[in-house]
Amino acid sequence: MKKIKYHIAVTGLNNTDNPGPGIPVIRGLRESKDFDVRIIGLAYENLEPGIYMPDMVDKTYQIPYPSSGMDKLINRIEYIHSKERLDVIIPNFDAELYTFIQAKERLQNIGIHTFLPTMDQFEERQKANLSQYGEKYGVKVPFSKVITHRRDIEQLKDSFEYPLLVKGKFYDAYLAYSAEQVNSFFNRISAKWGMPVIIQEFIRGTEVNVIALGDGLGNTIGAVPMRKQYITDKGKAWGGITIQNEKMLELTRNLIRKTKWQGGMELELIKTNKNEYFLIEINPRIPAWVYLAVAAGQNLPEALVKLAMGMKLQPFSSYEVGKMFIRYSYDLIGDIAQFGSLSVSGEM
Amino acid sequence: MMKLKRNIAISENGFLFNPETGDSFLLNPIATEIVNFLREGNDVADVKQLLFDRYEVDVVTLEKNIEDFLEMLQHHELLDR
Repeated sequence: MKKIKYHIAVTGLNNTDNPGPGIPVIRGLRESKDFDVRIIGLAYENLEPGIYMPDMVDKTYQIPYPSSGMDKLINRIEYIHSKERLDVIIPNFDAELYTFIQAKERLQNIGIHTFLPTMDQFEERQKANLSQYGEKYGVKVPFSKVITHRRDIEQLKDSFEYPLLVKGKFYDAYLAYSAEQVNSFFNRISAKWGMPVIIQEFIRGTEVNVIALGDGLGNTIGAVPMRKQYITDKGKAWGGITIQNEKMLELTRNLIRKTKWQGGMELELIKTNKNEYFLIEINPRIPAWVYLAVAAGQNLPEALVKLAMGMKLQPFSSYEVGKMFIRYSYDLIGDIAQFGSLSVSGEM
Repeated sequence: MMKLKRNIAISENGFLFNPETGDSFLLNPIATEIVNFLREGNDVADVKQLLFDRYEVDVVTLEKNIEDFLEMLQHHELLDR
């Protein structure tokens, strides 16, 4: 029987040393047993490596940065939709999610499906709200405080012990051992990501992560825990392994049940040597290591598309433990004509 | 009784993987033997006797080394508490 073909637009094609989830999401989709795909890459920059990777993206369109406003972005998507008849969009950047969540109905009205958290779900798990989040859902979280001005730094010693973490609202985290270091990281982060800057208690332990998919009704469709084995200087996993950890899975299922989380997510946890788990962050999207979950038996990108298309799914019941991923860098050869085409017409 | 965690995997050449934490270790031949004895359900006294029968070693050295090794296993969360 011929498989149905979905036209799926994917962002996050930046397979750099700070990798976006686009390419691993596409790999999962291309391995679907139930549907075929035409993949439309949505790129912000001309040199996102995913654009040039063979057999990944069928066509790429440039899109404007979310900071240029929702209307501009949606107009561009409408244009792309008129050419490509999109069924689903999978946004993969934290910074663009707000806009896509806001635009959900507008997209739905023209026939484009998404499967994203609600605005409330998205907002309440913001790093700046982590303390309240932990209290509300009964999860251990590190003590944290939001600061918006350099003069707040001196007072930090009243409520924190050094070292502490200085975090940007979307990305970046630095360990600071003194007020002077906080000052320097504060400047760096606020210049890059804006306000507020988050100060967080430093919990000693091992960082472990869970990728999960919630159906929006409180059910966990899939979840795979992973331990990073190799971390880059940007704190990104360059290698990791699936682990068998019922405590982490229970924590994930509980959180999804209580929040009725809709869409992909990544829980970043610290396991202390007392076997306690602290939630340090929730990324409200599929993480870049999603292909490990696919390889371990849970094709979460495929499941996300099915959910977006309104299908009912049975949760995955297992995954393979001890599956590893290792990233690598590789020189793709492109041609100036490709680059030119993208630069001039915004399409390739 | 000290018991090795049930899901610990160990290969013939002494590569041990703890699926709960993702840690892996390389064991020397004697350590591999001890872990395998524990996996087979032997208690610590049995393991000591098995090693004592097999190797030329005095009891004090054997006990000290085994205790050290068990402590190491405990430290790396490889034993059931």
